[in-house]
Amino acid sequence: MSPPDVLTQQSRPPRLEHFPAAGYLGRALSLCCVFFIAACSGPVNSPYPASEGGKRGASSAYSAFGERPKHLDPARSYSENEYVFLGNIYEAPLQYHYLKRPYQLEPQTTTAMPTVRYLDAQGRGLPANVAAAKIAVSEYEIHIKPGIRYQPHPALARDAAGKQRYVPIKPEELERIARFEDFPEKGSRELTAADYVYQVRRLAHPRVQSPILGLMADAIVGLKDLARDLGKAAKNQPKDAYLDIAKFDFPGAYVVDRYTYRIRVKGKYPQFVYWLAMPFFAPVPEEAERFYRQPGMAERNFTLDWQPVGTGAYYLAENDPNRVMRLRKNPYYHDDFYPSEGDHGDREAGMLDDAGKRLPMVESVIYSLEKEDVPYWNKFLQGYYDASGVSSDSFDQAIRMNAKGEPDLTDDMRQRGILLSTAARPSLNYMGFNMLDPVVGGLSERARKLRQALSIAIDYDEFISIFLNGRGLPGQGPLPPGIFGYRDGLAGMNPVVYRADCGNPPFPKGGRGDLATSAEAQPSLKSPPAPLWKRGESVSPSPADCARFKRRPLDDAKKLLAEAGYPNGRDAATGQPLTLYFDTAASGPEAKSRMDWFRKQFAKLDIQLVIRASDYNRFQDKMSKGSEQIFEWGWNADYPDPENFLFLLYGPNKKVGGGGENAANYHNPEFDRLFERMKDMDNGPERQAVIDALVKLAREDAPWIYAFHPKSFGLRHGWVKNAKPNLMTHNLLKYRRIDPAARAAYQAKWNRPVLWPVPATLAVLVALIWPAVAGYRRRLKATAHA
Amino acid sequence: MLNYLIRRILYAIPILLGVNLLTFALFFMVNTPDDMARIHLGVKHVTADSISRWKIEHGYDKPLFFNEKAVGAARAADTLFVEKSLKLFALDFGAADDGRDIAREIKTRMWPSLAIALPTFLVGLLAYISFALLLVFFRGTRLDTAGVVLCVALMSISGLFYVIGGQYLMGKLWHWFPISGYQPGLDAWKFLVMPVLVSAVASIGDSTRFYRSLFFEEIAKDYVRTARAKGLSELRVLFRHVLGNAMIPILTGVVVVIPRLFMGSLIIESFFGIPGLGSYTIDAIQAQDFAIVRSMVFLGSLLYILGLVLTDISYTLVDPRVRLE
Repeated sequence: MSPPDVLTQQSRPPRLEHFPAAGYLGRALSLCCVFFIAACSGPVNSPYPASEGGKRGASSAYSAFGERPKHLDPARSYSENEYVFLGNIYEAPLQYHYLKRPYQLEPQTTTAMPTVRYLDAQGRGLPANVAAAKIAVSEYEIHIKPGIRYQPHPALARDAAGKQRYVPIKPEELERIARFEDFPEKGSRELTAADYVYQVRRLAHPRVQSPILGLMADAIVGLKDLARDLGKAAKNQPKDAYLDIAKFDFPGAYVVDRYTYRIRVKGKYPQFVYWLAMPFFAPVPEEAERFYRQPGMAERNFTLDWQPVGTGAYYLAENDPNRVMRLRKNPYYHDDFYPSEGDHGDREAGMLDDAGKRLPMVESVIYSLEKEDVPYWNKFLQGYYDASGVSSDSFDQAIRMNAKGEPDLTDDMRQRGILLSTAARPSLNYMGFNMLDPVVGGLSERARKLRQALSIAIDYDEFISIFLNGRGLPGQGPLPPGIFGYRDGLAGMNPVVYRADCGNPPFPKGGRGDLATSAEAQPSLKSPPAPLWKRGESVSPSPADCARFKRRPLDDAKKLLAEAGYPNGRDAATGQPLTLYFDTAASGPEAKSRMDWFRKQFAKLDIQLVIRASDYNRFQDKMSKGSEQIFEWGWNADYPDPENFLFLLYGPNKKVGGGGENAANYHNPEFDRLFERMKDMDNGPERQAVIDALVKLAREDAPWIYAFHPKSFGLRHGWVKNAKPNLMTHNLLKYRRIDPAARAAYQAKWNRPVLWPVPATLAVLVALIWPAVAGYRRRLKATAHA
Repeated sequence: MLNYLIRRILYAIPILLGVNLLTFALFFMVNTPDDMARIHLGVKHVTADSISRWKIEHGYDKPLFFNEKAVGAARAADTLFVEKSLKLFALDFGAADDGRDIAREIKTRMWPSLAIALPTFLVGLLAYISFALLLVFFRGTRLDTAGVVLCVALMSISGLFYVIGGQYLMGKLWHWFPISGYQPGLDAWKFLVMPVLVSAVASIGDSTRFYRSLFFEEIAKDYVRTARAKGLSELRVLFRHVLGNAMIPILTGVVVVIPRLFMGSLIIESFFGIPGLGSYTIDAIQAQDFAIVRSMVFLGSLLYILGLVLTDISYTLVDPRVRLE
C-alpha cells in the first residue's frame, strides 16, 4: 500500500463536489427561479390562503385588528377594539342612523322607538310633562320585531325531543371536539323579549363582571339587590357552575308578551335610551349560558366571551385571535335595508347609491392580526387591506395640507385611487386642575385667574400641529362636535382663551367680570356675531374674516397671572417662584418630548413645571386620593348627549370621596344646579340655553384646559363603497360594499414580483464566492514552504 | 449518569422555587391585585365594588402567604402563593386574565414558534459554522480580513434594521413574500422564509466571529498538523477534525437553547405577525396579564435548566473523556 501522494492530490484540479454546499445552492437557486416564474401568474406575496386570495375573494372584506379582543360578551365588553366585532354580531334594540348627523337613534330590532311611562312612588301613572322631581320610576316599553332569528350556534341545536342537543354534553363527546367549529350540529331560534330581559339580568351576574353594573345598579330598579343576591348564590357554587339567574326576583325588567318587554328606571333618566343602543342591552339566549357553563367548556376556551351568539348581520365563523377572526353573513339575518335618506351631501358623495338594498352586502369579513403599523400600512398599499388609519409614520406619505390648510391626499395616494375620510371624534382630551389643590384649585379669583392664564399660555394649537400632525380640533369647551349643545365657529369660541381674528378684536380689561361680559357677548346661533368686534372704527371686516379666531396673546396670560398674584411667575407675597406639579402616567420617548413641550409652555409665564411621572396604578392612586395638582385626561362619548360630558364636572361625581368621573373634583353649586336641570330636558332651544350657561361657567372657572378633540383620519381603496365615518356605532359592516373585481385587478398590478434581484443576487454571490474558490485552488496548487 | 441526572433534577427544584418566589414577589407585592384590577377594568366607571368583584372572580382576593381565616392546612394552601405560584410546578398554568386557558394557548402557539425557530437555528448554525471555517481556512489573508470586517459591520447594525430592511426589500419592494402574517399547514412556508432569512442574517456577524475564534484556537493544534501530514484535504481537516474538536464549546452555546426554541423570538414574532409564544409573552407584558407572564417565566426557567442538563449529556456524546458521575 503506497502512502498518499500529497503533491498529486494537491495538483488535482478542485471540483465543485469539494464544495457540496455550492451544489445545493445552485439547485436551490434554480428552484427559486422556477418559483418566481410560476409566481408571475398571481401575487405570490398575498397573505391569504390561495382559496381566499383577493382575486377569488368574492365579496369578502379584509381588515386587521392590532390587539386581540379580551371579551366578546356584550354584558362585559367595553372596549373599542371589541366593539368592532360585537357591533356586527349582536343587535341592541336601537341603533344610530348610519348617515344622518347629528347622530340619531332609530329602531334596530324594535318596531318603533321605546315609549316611556312615568310613575310616582305609589306606581301611579304621571303625565309626560310632569316635573322630574315627581317621577319615581320611568318605565320603558320596548316592542321587538317578530321573526328575528339567532345565528347558527351549537347552544341552540336541539334533539328530536326538543331539548338542547349539547346540554348536558358527555365528557367523551366533548373530548372529540378540539375547536368550536367541530360541533357537528348547530341550531337557531326566534328572538324573544325574554332574551332581552335575560341580558339585563346578566348585567348583575357575578361571573360576568359587567363594567356598567355600578352605573346601572343606580339606574335600574332592583338591579343592585339582584347583584347582591346573585353574589351570595354564586359563593355556594363551583366556579363555572350554571347559575339560574332567571329564578331570582328582579322587578327592573320583565316580559309583557313574546315580543314586548319593559325596563324600569329610577326617576327620570332620558339618556337611558342611548344605553339601549349599546351591546350591553343586546340579547343573549339563556341556552348559551347553560351550554357554556358545563364542565370542560372553559378549559377549551368555549365561553360566551369567545364564541358569541347574537342576531346581528354577521356571526363569528372563526375565532383564532392569535391570527385571524372571520365573520360570515348570518344566514338567518332579518330584513334590513340600506337607508334611503342621508345627510346633506350624502347623495352627491354616492352614499345613497345602494338605498333600499338588502343588507348585508359583503359575504364575509376577514380580520387578520396585525400588531405593527408598518406591515399594516404596506399591506394596505399592496391592496391586501381595504382600509387603513393614518399612523404618524405614514402620515407624510399619505397626507398633505392643501392651500386652505385642510388635509388632502398626496399625489401617490390619488394615483392609487385611495380616498380619505376625516371626522372629529366625539371625544375630548383635556388638562385638568385638581380643584382641591390649594394653589391651582378652588373658585377663588386668584386660582381662577391662574388657571385662565395657563389656559392661554399652553398653546394646544401648536400641540396639535406638532404631536398630532394636525389631527385634532382645538377644544373650546367641554362639548365635542357632533354632540347636541356644541356650537361651531365663532359662536363656539372660548373667549377666555381665544379672540375673534378680524380687525381690532375687543379684549376685556381683565378680571372675571370683563371676561364674563365678553362671554355673555358671544353670539349664539340665533344672534349674529357682529357686536363682538364692532368697534366703530374704520375696520369693517367681512363675515368670513370674522369667522376665524385666534389664541389670545401671551401678554393677556401674563396680565391674568399678575392679577392672580404671581407677577412674572413669582408669588407677590413671598417672592418665591411659582412651581407647579404635573402628574402623568405617560412614559417613553414620545412622552418625554411632550413633557418637554409642557415645561416650555409653562416657562412662557416663568412658571416652573415639575413632571411627576409614575406608573398607571400610582397615577390612579393619586387621582383617587386627590394628591395630584395638574393632570391629563380624556373622555370618549358613551352616547351623543351633552350630559355624557357635562356630568364630568358635576360636583357629586367628584373622584375624591365619591369615586366618580369628575377627575378635577370641580364643584360649583351653580353648575350643579344647571346640570341637574339640563340632564332631564329634551333637546331644544331651552336646553341649548342651559347648556350655553353651563359651558360659560366651565370656561370661566377653567377647571380644565380644553385641549383638543381628536380627528379621525381614514383611508380606503376605491373599491370600498359606503364607508361614511360613524363614530358612535359599530354595526357598520352591513352597509359596506366591495368591488372584488377592481380589487383583484389592483392587487395583481401592485404585486407583480420583481425578478431582477434574483440574477443580481446570484451575481453578487458568485462575486463573493469566486475569490474563495480561486483562493482555495491556489492553496491546493501551492507547494509546501520550508 | 443516572445518579447525576437525578441529582441535577433535584438541584433544579430549589432553583425553580427561587424563581417562583422572586416572580411572585415582583408580581404580587410590587404590583398588588388592586393594581391589576384597575389595569384590566380600564378607566371608565371603575368603582371600589368593581375592583373587589374582579379580584374575587379572578381569585386574587386571598392573602399572599397565610390565610388567617382558614383552618388547618388550608391556612397555607388557600393563599395566593399556592394558588397562583406553586401550582406552576404541576404545570397547572391556570387561566389568563381574559379567561383563556394558558396551557392550551402554549400548546397551540409553540408550533408556530418552532416553525420559525428550528429552521432559523439549523440554517443559522450551518451558515455560521461554514462561514467561520471558511475564514479560518483563509486565515491571515485579505479574504479573512474582509470577512472579519464584514462580520463587525453586520453585528454593528441593530437587529430591527434587518427586520425592517427585509420586509422592505423582499416584501414591499420585490413582492416575494407576504410582509407579515401566518397561515397554518402547507401555506406556512411563504410566511416563514423571510423571517428565517432575516434572523439568520441578523446573527451572522457575531456568531461567525465567535465560531471563528473557536476554530482559530483549534487549527493551531498538533492534531491538525498531523491530519494534514496524513494527506487529508483541507476541507476534511476543517469539517471533520477541527469542527469535531471544537464541539464542546459549540455545544455549550447551542444545546442550551434547543429546549427554548419553543419559547419563540420576541422581536421576530412580533414584527412578522407570527402567533408564537414570543408574541404571546410580549402581548401579555403589554396587556399586563401577569398570569401569562408568570407562566412564561416559569416555563422559560424550566426549559433553561433542561437545556443545561442536555448540554451536559451532549458532552458525553462528543467527547468520550467526559463522564457524568
